[in-house]
Amino acid sequence: MMLVFGAAVVINRNPVASALSLVVSFLALAALFMSLDAYFIGIIQVLVYAGAIMVLFLFIIMLLDLRAEKLSKINWIASAGGVGVALVLMIQIFAVIGKLNAAKQTFPPLARPVLSGAEGSTSDDVHRIGLLLFDNYNLPFQIIGVVILVATIGAVMLSRRETR
Amino acid sequence: MVTLGDYLIVSGILFAIGFAGVMVRRNIIIILMALELMLNAANLSLVAFSRFHVDPSGAPNYNAQVFVFFVITVAAAEVAVGLAIVVALFRLRQTTNVEDISTLKF
Repeated sequence: MMLVFGAAVVINRNPVASALSLVVSFLALAALFMSLDAYFIGIIQVLVYAGAIMVLFLFIIMLLDLRAEKLSKINWIASAGGVGVALVLMIQIFAVIGKLNAAKQTFPPLARPVLSGAEGSTSDDVHRIGLLLFDNYNLPFQIIGVVILVATIGAVMLSRRETR
Repeated sequence: MVTLGDYLIVSGILFAIGFAGVMVRRNIIIILMALELMLNAANLSLVAFSRFHVDPSGAPNYNAQVFVFFVITVAAAEVAVGLAIVVALFRLRQTTNVEDISTLKF
């Protein structure tokens, strides 16, 4: 389902429909993360992507009042080239995965389920990631903070109207 | 039973879809969305490998999940700046079609 809606993002002619199928694709991807026992990443995916980023996309699309593209403007040579290159890339990825021995193994079981459930004990997924984030990855974490600050200032500067 | 390869194949297909979107579409906003698809494909394979490499205490490898967290953060910053550039460009040119924006083209 995620792949169907991911393809719909590219195929849809109307930008709003494209953005909405991207939301569904991200939600399905979050479900895949949950199935891989990565609950924290799944929740972050829903909050940041399906929440914040997609609202930003929809807001910009509606602010700019975009229409659907005209059908006649498709450049067939460029489209065929693009799809062809993507197909070659996909075949290469399949070939590499086919050669990989680890790809044929199932996932090893966890010692205990990350999400224990009803006994009042919640997931310690967030706990573990938080410890690792602030112990081993403290400097990258601070750098990420600076990156976000710079991005915010840059976005404000770019979208500011010239006041002179 | 689901194997590691299944998740990797799904991730590869998603990446190829995003790549095709970047190559084929001419609307700059949809190109940005296809970029997000590619980033998420990379995230999916990272999480799959994280679940695959279980350490002796029986917990998945959380280093990869921290890395995915960083990728999501950088992607959010990138989308904010990218959309601000799109808005500035639209104000200047009244278009989001990449073929109409060719001033820097040699």
